Amino acid sequence: MDEIAAGLVAALRLIVTLDSDLVEISLRSLQVSLIAVLIASAIALPLGAWLAIHRFRFRRATIAVLNALMGLPPVVVGLIIYILLSRAGPFGGLGLLFTVKAMIIAQVIIITPLIASIAHQAMRDLWAEYHDLLISLNTSKWQRIHTLIRDGRRALLTASLAGFGRAIGEVGAIIVVGGNIDHATRVLTTAIALETGKGDFALALGLGFVLIALAIGVSITTHWLARTEKDSRW
Amino acid sequence: MVSVPQLSGALVRRRGKRLLGPIDLTLAAAGLTVVLGPNGAGKSTLLRVMHGLERLSEGSLNYENTPELARRSQAFVFQSPVILRRSVAENLAYPLRLNGTGKAPREAAVADWAARIGLSDALVTPAPRLSGGEKQKLALARALIARPDLLFLDEPTSNLDGTSMREIEALIADAVAGGTRVILATHDLGQARRLASDAVFLVKGQLIEAAPSPQFFDTPATAQARAFQNGDILE
Ligand SMILES: Nc1ncnc2c1ncn2[C@@H]1O[C@H](COP(=O)(O)OP(=O)(O)OP(=O)(O)O)[C@@H](O)[C@H]1O
Ligand SMILES: [Mg+2]
Repeated sequence: MDEIAAGLVAALRLIVTLDSDLVEISLRSLQVSLIAVLIASAIALPLGAWLAIHRFRFRRATIAVLNALMGLPPVVVGLIIYILLSRAGPFGGLGLLFTVKAMIIAQVIIITPLIASIAHQAMRDLWAEYHDLLISLNTSKWQRIHTLIRDGRRALLTASLAGFGRAIGEVGAIIVVGGNIDHATRVLTTAIALETGKGDFALALGLGFVLIALAIGVSITTHWLARTEKDSRW
Repeated sequence: MVSVPQLSGALVRRRGKRLLGPIDLTLAAAGLTVVLGPNGAGKSTLLRVMHGLERLSEGSLNYENTPELARRSQAFVFQSPVILRRSVAENLAYPLRLNGTGKAPREAAVADWAARIGLSDALVTPAPRLSGGEKQKLALARALIARPDLLFLDEPTSNLDGTSMREIEALIADAVAGGTRVILATHDLGQARRLASDAVFLVKGQLIEAAPSPQFFDTPATAQARAFQNGDILE
C-alpha cells in the first residue's frame, strides 16, 4: 500500500516537473500514433466513402475482409510485420525492424480497417439520405464524394479519433516490431509494461496518467463532435 | 421549347410486384399537370420514372433528347424533402455551385429566394433544424433557383398550413407563368383545381384518366374519377 502511495506521489512529481524521460516517451507515442492516424485516414476515409456509393463486383467481399481485418490480434500483426522486416524476410534490406517507422507501419495496418469501417457506415447512411437529390442534380461521382465528405466531416473525424484511440493504447504489435528500445522506440504503453515489470511504479503510473489523459481527451472530443452534430451547429 | 416526357407501355415491377403501368402518356407542352390518386396509387413512382430516377421494367421513356440530357434542365422536389446538412444559404446555393454560377450572382439569387420563402433571417441557420414546413419551402426554392424547364413536385404542400400553402402555390403559379413546365403530384383536390391545366388520375398503378383540367373536374369520364372527387373510398 505504502509503495503504491509513494509511487503515486512520485508519478505526480514526474508530471509536474516535466521529467525528461516522461516527456520524451509521451512525445514519441504521440508522434507514432498521429502519423499512423494521418496515413491510415488518407487511405481509409476515401475508401469508406467510395465503398458507400460505388457498386462493384467484390464490394461485399471487400467489406467482409475489412471487418475481418478489424478483428486481427495486434500481436499477430506485429509478428507478421516482424517476419517481413527481419533480416531474412523479403523487406529485411530496408533495415526498418526496431525503428519508429516499423511501429507506424504496424499501427497503420491495425487501424486502417477500423477507420474505414466506421467511415463506411457513416457515409452509407448519409448517401442513403442524399441519394435521390444528388442523382436528381446530375452530380458527377467526384461531386458526390466531395459533398458526402464535406457534410459528413464530423463522422469522419470521429472515425479517425477512434483510430487514434486504438493506436495510442496499443502495445502488442509495437513491442514486437519496435523492441521497446530506450531513447529510440519506447512509447507510453511499452514503457508502462517494462517499468511495471521492473517494479518502478512511479514512472509506470506517471506514464499511465498521461495515457489516460490522452484517452479521455479523445473520448471528450468524440462526444463533443456527436453533440454538435445533433445540435446541428455549423 | 420545354422537352416533356412521353411514356409508352411504361411498366415498373419490383420484387415481382407491379407498381405502375403499363402506361401510355403524352403530356401537353406547357402548363401544369396534376397527378392525382389515392395513397399508394403510384404518383411518386410515376414522377420518379419521368425524372429517370426509377428504372422501367418494360416500355420506354422518351424525351426529345435522352432522359439523362433532359434531366439537366429538370428539378425534383421529393415527397420527404432532402435537406443537406448545411446552412439554409448553402442549401439554396448548392445547385448553383454545381452548375458553376459565379459568386456574386449566386449570392444575389440566394438572398432573393430566401426572401421569397420568408427565410431571410435564417440564412446561417442549419437547415436540418428548420420546421417541416420551412424545409418544404426550402426544398422548393432550391429546386427553382436554377430555373428548371421542367419541375417535378411530389406533394410539396403536405405539411403546410394555409398561409404557407398560399405562398407555395403563388411560387408555383409564378414559375408556370414564367414558362416552367410543372408536374405536380397531390391528393389535395382544391390545390389541383386551383393550379392544374390538365390532370392525370391513377389508381393502383393504372392510368384511369388523363384530360384537360376543366373537363376532368367538371365531367370526369370514369366512375372512379367521379368517386375520387366526391371523396368516396376507392376499391
Ligand atoms: N422500391 C419499391 N419496392 C417495392 N414497392 C415499392 C417501392 N416503391 C414503391 N413501392 C410501392 O409502390 C406503390 C406506389 O407507391 P407510390 O409511392 O408511388 O404511391 P403514391 O401514389 O405516391 O402514394 P402517396 O400518396 O402515399 O405518396 C406502393 O404500394 C408502394 O408500397
Ligand atoms: Mg407519393
